[in-house]
Amino acid sequence: MAVSVETTHAPHQHDARREHHHHTHAHQSQHLGGHHLLQVEGLGIGFTMYDPGEPRFFKARQLFVPVIHDLHIAVHRGEIVAIVGASGSGKTLLADSIMGMFAPNAQVSGNIWYDGVKQDAASLAALRGSSIALVPQSISHLDPLMRVGRQVWGRGAGDKHARMARQRELFARYGLPEAAARLYPHELSGGMARRVLLCCALMDAPQLIIADEPTPGLDPALAQVALADFRDFADAGGGVLLITHDIELALSVADRVAIFNQGTVVEETSVASFASPHTLAHPFSKALWHALPEHGFVAQPVYGEEGAS
Amino acid sequence: MTGCLEARDLVFAYPGSNVPVIDGLSLAVGAEERVALHAPSGSGKTTLGRLLAGYLAPLAGEVLLDGAVLPRRGMCPIQLIGQHPELVCDPRMRMRDVLKEAGTPDEEVFDGLGIRREWLARYAHELSGGELQRFCIARALAARARFLIADEITTMLDAVSQAQLWRFILDKAAADGIGIVFVSHSPALVSRVATRVVALRASASASALFLSPRA
Amino acid sequence: MPELPAPVSQPTAPAPQAAAPVSQPTVPAPQAAAPASPSGAVLHSPLRRRLPNRRLALVLFVVMLSLLAAVVCAGIALAPTATATDFSQKNLSPGLGHLFGTDWMGRDMFARTTAGLATSVLVGLLAAGASACIALVLGMVAALGGKKADGVVLWLVDLVMGIPHILLILLISFALGKGFWGVAVGVALTHWTSLARVVRAEVIQCRQAPYVALARRLGRGPLDVAARHMLPAVLPQFLVGLILLFPHAILHEAAITFLGFGLPPELPAIGSILSEAVTYLSSGMWWLALLPGVALLAAVLLFDRAGACLRSLIDPYRAQE
Repeated sequence: MAVSVETTHAPHQHDARREHHHHTHAHQSQHLGGHHLLQVEGLGIGFTMYDPGEPRFFKARQLFVPVIHDLHIAVHRGEIVAIVGASGSGKTLLADSIMGMFAPNAQVSGNIWYDGVKQDAASLAALRGSSIALVPQSISHLDPLMRVGRQVWGRGAGDKHARMARQRELFARYGLPEAAARLYPHELSGGMARRVLLCCALMDAPQLIIADEPTPGLDPALAQVALADFRDFADAGGGVLLITHDIELALSVADRVAIFNQGTVVEETSVASFASPHTLAHPFSKALWHALPEHGFVAQPVYGEEGAS
Repeated sequence: MTGCLEARDLVFAYPGSNVPVIDGLSLAVGAEERVALHAPSGSGKTTLGRLLAGYLAPLAGEVLLDGAVLPRRGMCPIQLIGQHPELVCDPRMRMRDVLKEAGTPDEEVFDGLGIRREWLARYAHELSGGELQRFCIARALAARARFLIADEITTMLDAVSQAQLWRFILDKAAADGIGIVFVSHSPALVSRVATRVVALRASASASALFLSPRA
Repeated sequence: MPELPAPVSQPTAPAPQAAAPVSQPTVPAPQAAAPASPSGAVLHSPLRRRLPNRRLALVLFVVMLSLLAAVVCAGIALAPTATATDFSQKNLSPGLGHLFGTDWMGRDMFARTTAGLATSVLVGLLAAGASACIALVLGMVAALGGKKADGVVLWLVDLVMGIPHILLILLISFALGKGFWGVAVGVALTHWTSLARVVRAEVIQCRQAPYVALARRLGRGPLDVAARHMLPAVLPQFLVGLILLFPHAILHEAAITFLGFGLPPELPAIGSILSEAVTYLSSGMWWLALLPGVALLAAVLLFDRAGACLRSLIDPYRAQE
C-alpha cells in the first residue's frame, strides 16, 4: 500500500459502520467534525539494546527489540478510553509517544492524528501541555520547593494575571480552597495533590487528557472521586485516555476499553461488551474476563503476560 | 490447629514521628486461614506486614509463632511478598542465584507458577514484573515459609496472571499448611481468597500520615 | 465524504475475529539488524550509531591500556638516552634525526619526553592506586560504621576538598622532602575524596535496598550479604573511578614538578622538562615545551577514554550505550 500523503483524518463512513479504525463504539462516542479527537494508527516503538539472552557478555550484539507494534487506538470527544495492560508492558511508552516525548535510543513509527490533522514529532511536542495534557501518577511530579499555585499557573501563553485568575477558577471548580495555592506539595493531602495535578493539566484548556495510572495508592472511595473528575471533563466534551493496569477500575469508569497485551491493543471495545464473554472478540479478552475474581477466576494458561522483555 | 501466627499489642511509629502508625494491634492467624486486611490507604497495612515478617521491630508488643518469639537470625518462617518484585531482586544476580539464596524450590513450583527454565539465566531487569513476581513467590516457598504475607502482590498484573498466581498459592498453602495474611484493594479478589477479613481500625495517625508525601 | 483508502498499511494487523490460538505470541522476535521498514511515518529514530557490540568497547579499552604500557616500557628503555648529553647536537629543531629536537645540552627530547611520561604514568598509577584504596576503606567505614564514623569521614572529605589540591600536594610533598615519594604520597592523600563519596553512597544505597533486607530475612549473615550484594554493587563504580583518577594524578604530578616541589631535576619528568623549557621559549625553541606538553595531554586523554570505555561496559546505567 502506498504511503499516504493526506494530512487530514481518514473519513470512514462512521455513522454507517459499527466498527471502523479497529474499534467498536460506545453509544456516547461523538465524531464532531466527522473525525476522532485522537487517532493512533500502526504505532510501533522499539529500542536498540544489547542482546540480553546472549550468555557471552562481550559477544552480545545490539538488537532492535520491538516493544509496541502495530497499535491502533482512537479517542472520541466526550469519552474515557481505558488502556488496560500489565505494569511494565509498555503502556507508558504509548503515552510518551502521543505527547511527542521519545527516548534517545527509541525507534518510533506510525501515524497519529489529533483533531483530524496528522501530526509529526514537532507538532506533537507543540500540542503537549496546551492541547494534550498529562496527569501523572503521583505528587512526586510536582516541584517540592515551589508553591503549588505557581506550579499550576506556570509559564505559558497569556499574561500572568489572566493565568492566576484561571488557576483560581480551576481551584474553585475542583473544590480546592483558595489558600491551597500558597501551600507546598508536601503539605497537601493525597486527594488535594491529585486535584492539583489535574488543575496543572487543565490550565491551558486541553482537549485531551492522558492519565497515567492516576489511582494507585488511593483507596476505592478516593479513587472513585478521582475518576469522577475525569468523567466531568469528558462530559464537557473532552477526551480522556486512561492508562491503567486495573481492569476492574477501567470497567467501572471508562466508556471504551482497549486491552493491551503483547505490545499491542488486541481489542478496543465498549465497556458494555464486557457484560459477557460472548460479546468479546479476541481470545485474550475472553481469557481476561474468565480470570476476573468475580467471574471464574480461571487461570487459563496464557503465554507470559508481556512476552519480549 | 497446626500453627499460629500471633501479634500481641503491637505499637509502631516511624522514626521522627510521634504518632504511632500501629497502636496496640493484636491479631491471631491460624495456619489454615487466609486473612485479608481491610483498611483505608495510609492506615498501616503495609507497615503491619513488615512488622509481622520481621522487617521492622515493634516499639512495644511482640510477634509470636506457635507461642514463641521470632528468631532474630536465620531464616524467617514468615515471608513477605510485596507489590514491587523488581526491588527485591538484586539487579546484579541471575535469577538462578536469586532463588538459591532461599534454597531450592521444588520442580512443581516452577511448573505451577509458569516459570520457564530459560528465565533462570536472566537478570531481574530482563524479566517483566509479572515474571519476577513468580520468582518472588517461588523464593518465599523455597524458604519453607510457614506463613506468607502478601501485600498487593498481583495489583500490577493482568487478571489472567493474577488468577494463575493466586490459584497456585492457594493450592500450595492448602497442601503444605501455610497460613496467609494478604492485602488487596479489590473486593472481588478478597471475597475469592479470604477465609476471614480483618478491618484495621483507622487510627488517629492515618490522617496525619496521609498529609505527608511519603504516606 | 468520499471513501478514501486507509492511511496506513496494515499487513500484520491481526483480524480480531480470526480466532488465533491464545498460546501464540504475537510480538515479533527481536531482529539482529536495524528495524525492518516500519509501517507509517517514522516519528523518531535513534540519533547516533552505536558500537555493534560490547567486544569493540573492550578492544578499545585494551588498545588504550597497551598503548600506555608501551609508553612506559619505551620510557624505561630510553632512560639512558634521555640523560645522555651531546654538545655537538644541541638546540636542534625537530627533524628526522631527533623527532622532538634536542635541548641546550644536546639531549634528545623524544627520549626525554618518553622517559618523562613513563615516570609520570608510574607516579600516577601508584598515587591513584593508593588513593583508591583509601577511598574504598573510608567509604566503607562511613557507610557501615555508624553515625560517628560517617561524621568523621565526611569531615575529612570536606577538609581535604576545602583546601585547593595543588596547595595541599605542595605542602605534603615539601614536608616529605619532595622527590618521588613526596609527590606520590601528596597525590595519594588528596585524590581519594570524591571516590570515597561515591563508594559511601553506593554502599548506603545497597544497604537500604529491599533485596538486602530480604536476604537478611532469608537468614543470610552480614558478611555473606556484603560479599554477595554489596561488593558487586560497588565494584564497577570503584574500577571506573580508579581509572579516571589516573589523569588527575598525572596532571597534578606534572604541575607540582613544574613548580619545583616535585620530582628532582635529574629525573626526566614532564613537569621538569616544561619548567626548564620556559627559560628557552623566549629564544624561539618552541619544541622544548610544545611537544612534551602535547604528549602529556595525549597520555591523559588516553586514560580518560579508557575510563569511558570501561564505564560503558560495566556501569549498569549506561550499559545499553
